[in-house]
This record gives sequence, C-alpha cells and structure tokens, in this order.
Amino acid sequence: MIQVRNLTKYYGNRLAVDNISFTVEKGEIVGFLGPNAAGKTTTMRILTGFLAPTSGDISVANYDIASHSLEARQRTGYLPEAVPLYGDMTVRSYFDFLARLRGLDKNRIKTRIEDVTEICHLEEYIDVLIGKLSKGFRQRVGVAQAIIHEPEVLILDDPTIGIDPIQVAMTRQLIKELGKERTILLSTHILPEVSMTCERVIIIHEGKIVAEDRIENLSSMISGSKRIRLEVEGPAQEVAKRLRRIKGVNQVSRQDSHYIIECAAGQDPRSKIIETIVQGGWTLLSLEHIEMSLEDIFLKLTAEEETAK
Amino acid sequence: MRNTTTIALKEFKSYLASPMAYIVAGIFLFATGFFFGNPFLSPSTYFETSIKGFLEIGSILLLLLTAVLTMRLLAEERKMGTMELLLTAPVRDSEIILGKFLGSLGTLIAMLALTFYYPLLLIIFGDPDMGPIGTGYLGLFLLSSVCLAVGIFASSLTSNQIVSAVVAGGILFALWFIGDAAGLLPEALGEVVGYLSLSYYFPDFIRGVIDTRSIVYYLSITVLFIFLAIRSLENSRWS
Repeated sequence: MIQVRNLTKYYGNRLAVDNISFTVEKGEIVGFLGPNAAGKTTTMRILTGFLAPTSGDISVANYDIASHSLEARQRTGYLPEAVPLYGDMTVRSYFDFLARLRGLDKNRIKTRIEDVTEICHLEEYIDVLIGKLSKGFRQRVGVAQAIIHEPEVLILDDPTIGIDPIQVAMTRQLIKELGKERTILLSTHILPEVSMTCERVIIIHEGKIVAEDRIENLSSMISGSKRIRLEVEGPAQEVAKRLRRIKGVNQVSRQDSHYIIECAAGQDPRSKIIETIVQGGWTLLSLEHIEMSLEDIFLKLTAEEETAK
Repeated sequence: MRNTTTIALKEFKSYLASPMAYIVAGIFLFATGFFFGNPFLSPSTYFETSIKGFLEIGSILLLLLTAVLTMRLLAEERKMGTMELLLTAPVRDSEIILGKFLGSLGTLIAMLALTFYYPLLLIIFGDPDMGPIGTGYLGLFLLSSVCLAVGIFASSLTSNQIVSAVVAGGILFALWFIGDAAGLLPEALGEVVGYLSLSYYFPDFIRGVIDTRSIVYYLSITVLFIFLAIRSLENSRWS
C-alpha cells in the first residue's frame, strides 16, 4: 500500500531524510516513531504530495506519486501536525468543501458528512464556526476531514498532540477502529502510544531508520534492561560501593541525591538492594522503576548500530 | 473545472463573510462617488454627462485595493497550514490558482456592480453617451483582472500578508507609472517602455475607444501573472 524506496530529501544543503526504505502493507497500522526533527513530518509530507522528494521511488495506494500524483492523493487521507482548518467556516461547510475537492458526488457528500460527524462525535458542533471550537474538537474535525472521502491510506502526523487525556484515549480507539479496513501510518514521539495502537514500528532518528520491528519485539527489547532509581540516606561513597557488589547490578551512577541502577538483562535485584541497605543500617527513602524513555531507546539503538559497524 | 469552481465559490463566500471586502468596497464607493459627483456640485453651468471622474480615480484606487483584497489568498493558507490541505487534495496547482483568481474576480465584479448607479443617475437626469460608459467598465474589468493576477502572484510568494500587499502594490504602481518615466528615456526606448505601461492604454477606454492592442495587453499581463503564480506554487513543493 505504501512503498518507499531510497527516499532522500534535502532542504537546501540540510539533509532531512537520508535514503530510507520501508513498506506498509494493506490493513496495517504502522507507527513512525522518532524525536523532534527526526524526519517524520518531512517523510509524511512527501508521501502526501505536499513536498517533492529529492530522490527516491514512492508509491501510495499502488500509484507512483511522481507520475500519478492526483490518483495517489485521491486515495490518501492526511492529518498534518498543525491541524489545517478554516476558522471562518462552519464544520459542515468545511467538510463539504473538502469532500467536493476530493471528488465526492452530491449524495455521497451528504451521507459522508453525517458519517464522519457521528464517528468523531461532532453532532452538536456541526454548524458552529471552526474558529470557536476548543482544541480537542478542532483535532476531531481534523481527523474527520482526513477520512471523509474513505481513503485507502491514512497518514496521521502526531494525532494526539496537545489534547486532553480522555480525548487522547478516544482518538487512539478511533485509530484502531479505522485500522481494521485501512492502511495507517501514524507518527508520534510518545512511546506508549505506539504500543497501544500500532502493530509495527519504524524508528527514525536523524533522517535514518534505526529500527523497524513488530511491537512485541520492540517492547521486549525495551524491557530487556531495567533501571531503578533509589533515594537512600547514608554515606554516598559507601552506599554506591555496596550497591555495585549486588548480583544483577551492572552500573550505579549518582544523579543529584539519587542513585540510578542499571540492571542486567532479565534480572530483578530489587529485594537484594533493599536487603543491602537495611544491612548497612541506612534508610531507604524511595525505590522506583524507571521506564526507558524514547531518548534512552534512541541512545541504545544508535549506540548498538555504531558498535555493529 | 469542477475543482476550480469549488475553490472559486469558497473564496467568494469567505470574502462575503470577512470585513475586509466590505471595507475595501466602502472606500472604493466613497472615493469614486466623490470624484463622480464633484463636477456636478461646481457652480459652472456646463456639465459633462460622463463617468470620467469615477473612471480616473477608480483605476488608481484599484491598484491599491486589489493588493489588499488578494493579500490573504495564498499567504494566509501558508500561515494557517491549510496550504497542506490544498496541495495534498487531488487538485492541480493551476486549478487552485484559477479558483482563487475567479473567486476574487467575482468579488470585484460585485463591487463594480455597486457603482452602476452612477450611469443610472446620468440616464435619469441627462442624456449620456453610452459608448464611453460601456468601454469604461470594460477597461475597469480588464484592469481588475491584471491587478488580481498580480496580487495572487504576490500572495504566492510569502506567508506574510503585509509583504504580499506591498509587493503587489509595488508591481502595480511600477506598471502604471512606468509610462510617465518613458518620457525621460531616449525616444525609441521610451516608446517601447510606454507600450509596457498599464496607464498607456487606459485613457482609450475612458474616451470610448476599443483598441485590440489594449485588450490583448491587459489579458497578456493577466495570463503572465497567473502563470507565474502557478509556477511559484509548484516551486514551493521543491523547497
């Protein structure tokens, strides 16, 4: 459904996307994960035809985007990072305008406006000016316009950014629902979001794909190594020294008044840590497990890649 | 064609919904009404039953007001991010530009139609020569399309509406007053430069003369700037 081969994009002299290739099969939901300025938005803009690539072969919905751009665009729904809305239009006239632009006929426009209004729960706001809607509702209008022409491919650039948690949950549910019959590529920089909605993940960093895997494999890789944060009252040198001797502890570092403990893969030395502290006669103030952040994963992945070289 | 109409209608409606179009029309009607009516208030016993006063000031005003009217057409889309909607819709770049052009032309025609009461007054209270009135309006219409095309081109260059208006006004004033500069140049060169000036052809329309050259000139400049606007839009994909 989406095929990208050797895509490269330069902005002037700056390399934004560096020779990436990937495919998204029909009916798949794929997460595009990466920190800011990794090249996610650029790639999505190229897939939707907003930007032209510097080089590379791309097909979307089985149409080459260079030679059959209009056909590919016809079959693509796109929610850009900044939701593109006309504040001086009502929700209904906005839907009508876009449905027309995407070639729907009159009767179909009417039923589709009703459909997306229901799917995105916009019934009460359908005749309100978009400029007067709150951020969460604007986001919903944005999602609705992306699906109004029943596209085969959906490209969502950070669909849950800046909305409240309840709406985030709703949006994720909606994406899962839509993914049953459509091909979806969605970008995010929130790690849990990927595991909640996507089946496969492509991790992109500095314009390159650093990892591409099914979600199960990725999460086991993430959970393979645990980190623990400790707060202990006691002589710092001594505490760190004793902690290092515990089996299953790889590394101990100090961060302000905390100790960060890197555990060996598959080990859980927490009970031994507590034992050690109690034996030393010190006071344990807190002990918590730290989730690996996206940055840590990138560091890990990029480090692994470099050692592989 | 369908896409062009869709965009044109949307632009026309959003002009009707925005205060800018009413402000522009208000200024236009106030100023042209003053210059149209002024001769009739003078103590002279002889009046020319023509709309010459209106046409002379109206043509200059158009240069300014169209720059303001068109500044948002593409610059605002770029600023608000809605350009991503337009450029990723299954619509040709030429259809976007033509739609915007026709939408703004429709708005301007509506504004010009509001001045029809000037000739109407002349018909009621006198016996005007209808020829120059007809050609006068034809001239205003052709000049409007030039101005709007230049304005859309300027708007396609930037995401800043003020910049767009200044660039459009600059190009239009240059095209208008280049004719005056022609006199300072050597004779042959001056003549060529004169031919390139928007103001060179307009007096013909006021006098009631339809010269094919003037129609061809105004239409060519319109087409040229619409073409440049399309290229500028295409070019933005390659940034």
